[in-house]
Amino acid sequence: MKKNIIYKILFYIGVVILIIPPIFVFVWMIMIGLKTGVQNIEYPPLFIFKPTLDNFKAVFQQHNFLQYLINSFIIATSATFISLLIGLPAAYSIARYKQRKLSVAILVARMTPFVSYLLPWYILFRRLDLIDTFTAMITTHLIITLPMIIWLMIAFFEGVPRALEEAALIDGCARSETFLRITIPLSMNGIITSAIISFIFSWNQFLFSLILSGPKTRTVPVAVYNFMSYGKIDWAGIGAAATIIVFPVLVFAFFVRNKIVEGLTRGALKG
Amino acid sequence: MKRFKEKILSFVDNHIHIIFPAPTIIALFVVVIFPIIYNIYMSFNKWRIGLGSPKFIGLQNYIDAFSDPRFWNGLKVMFFFSGLSLSLEIVLGLLIAVYLNKEFKGSSFVQTIYIFPFAATPVAIALIWRIMLNPQIGALNYFLSLIGLPPSLWISSAKTVILSLVLVDVWKWTPMITLIVLAGLKSLPKDPYEAAVIDGASIPQVFYHITLPLIQPVLFSALVLRSLDNLKEFDIIYTITQGGPGIASETLYLYSYKTAFSFFNCGYGSTLIIIVFLLVLIFNLIINKIRYKSEVL
Repeated sequence: MKKNIIYKILFYIGVVILIIPPIFVFVWMIMIGLKTGVQNIEYPPLFIFKPTLDNFKAVFQQHNFLQYLINSFIIATSATFISLLIGLPAAYSIARYKQRKLSVAILVARMTPFVSYLLPWYILFRRLDLIDTFTAMITTHLIITLPMIIWLMIAFFEGVPRALEEAALIDGCARSETFLRITIPLSMNGIITSAIISFIFSWNQFLFSLILSGPKTRTVPVAVYNFMSYGKIDWAGIGAAATIIVFPVLVFAFFVRNKIVEGLTRGALKG
Repeated sequence: MKRFKEKILSFVDNHIHIIFPAPTIIALFVVVIFPIIYNIYMSFNKWRIGLGSPKFIGLQNYIDAFSDPRFWNGLKVMFFFSGLSLSLEIVLGLLIAVYLNKEFKGSSFVQTIYIFPFAATPVAIALIWRIMLNPQIGALNYFLSLIGLPPSLWISSAKTVILSLVLVDVWKWTPMITLIVLAGLKSLPKDPYEAAVIDGASIPQVFYHITLPLIQPVLFSALVLRSLDNLKEFDIIYTITQGGPGIASETLYLYSYKTAFSFFNCGYGSTLIIIVFLLVLIFNLIINKIRYKSEVL
């Protein structure tokens, strides 16, 4: 009995050691955001200090961060929405008619290094005068969100019992109606999950925005990166800005915590 | 009117396997296939953005790449960074998953915490790591001093820079491997374990002879999934070092980006991109081969 308790305590000590690294970085991020510029360059690093919200205020007031948050939100939401619109029927078709070639094509899209898309797009969008427009940003973000949504939804659609669809077909429903009235409502959980995961990926995307965005469409990852290139590195500003852009992601991730791993592995398991 | 609607519906039904995926196929063609073809075309040309028009030079860019020391450096950095981070992530991920694979209070809390590192915006996290890795004021050197170790130069020295980046990558992605393997472990059959306990097998024996063979397919899947992103890691390296100091942490992928967008040398940039693309493709084909072989056995 006593041995059992000691064993348990040792086990929990191990668990604590295993969760310190992930927690520490996020706590440190928030602490950097709550320290003043001077406190941030003190050594040894301060663990106890009087927190200030000035950095968070400055991020919004001096750096126009609200605009970047709105930009990111518009781009991630639109890319996700368009991906659902054209991706759901495709995923359904792949799931029901076992279109393996198409699913491989989608995997290749996910595998291709992003830089290889960037150059042709940059040249094309420059010619069309579309650099720094939402059209360009949303189009390019489709490359992340569309394969993501299709991959996730293939699995969810495969899980919808065929018997229900067949019953509707026998009742005289067309296949496309069955899809809209039976399959989609039954897959609502999956659709929400894949929409959230797709949103997170678009929100986090850095490379496309780095090249194709400008003052009008700048997204949050580029905005926070720019805190470094204003000559002097603004540690406190970075801490505050990073906290602000990571926060919604963590909230979303929390909602899909049970599905996110399944979702992310799906692409690998079937490749 | 009603007949017309029915006609359309039945037409859609008969061609549903073409009509449903059609928009996606068109979208993929525009955003994926066109850029790849363009890159292949451009890789046979010499062209700087804003300077005249592309000039066809055949295979010259490819020949140049093989005599470009920066190309070989990029290749070396890429293999070093990816090899080390991928293997550490798989091994640590597996060990942590085996450790956490039991019913305990707080298990779901731990699993939620483990989502955060790989879900959080990479650029934001990389900037925080950049501060922590700072040799003068960073938290990591402070922790080293606490346990009596000398400070490290981390990202400021060519010797330690790749190891520092591997540390960040391992921090970010090991939790995901852990969660994937953990899900795999939960779905394993119980019988072999019960039999092993009856036969008096030790914990390492159980791990080697039962867990490892059973979990192997999941490990391969995780490896495939990780290698897709790891070989083209950009955000972390670009944010923390931009390939520096010098070119000590410049992967081939980052070099291809710089060639196209910092030096505006599009033809050569495309060539490097095509080579990276082929490397990623070959690596995945090899892993898939090994995977199917091991599944047959």
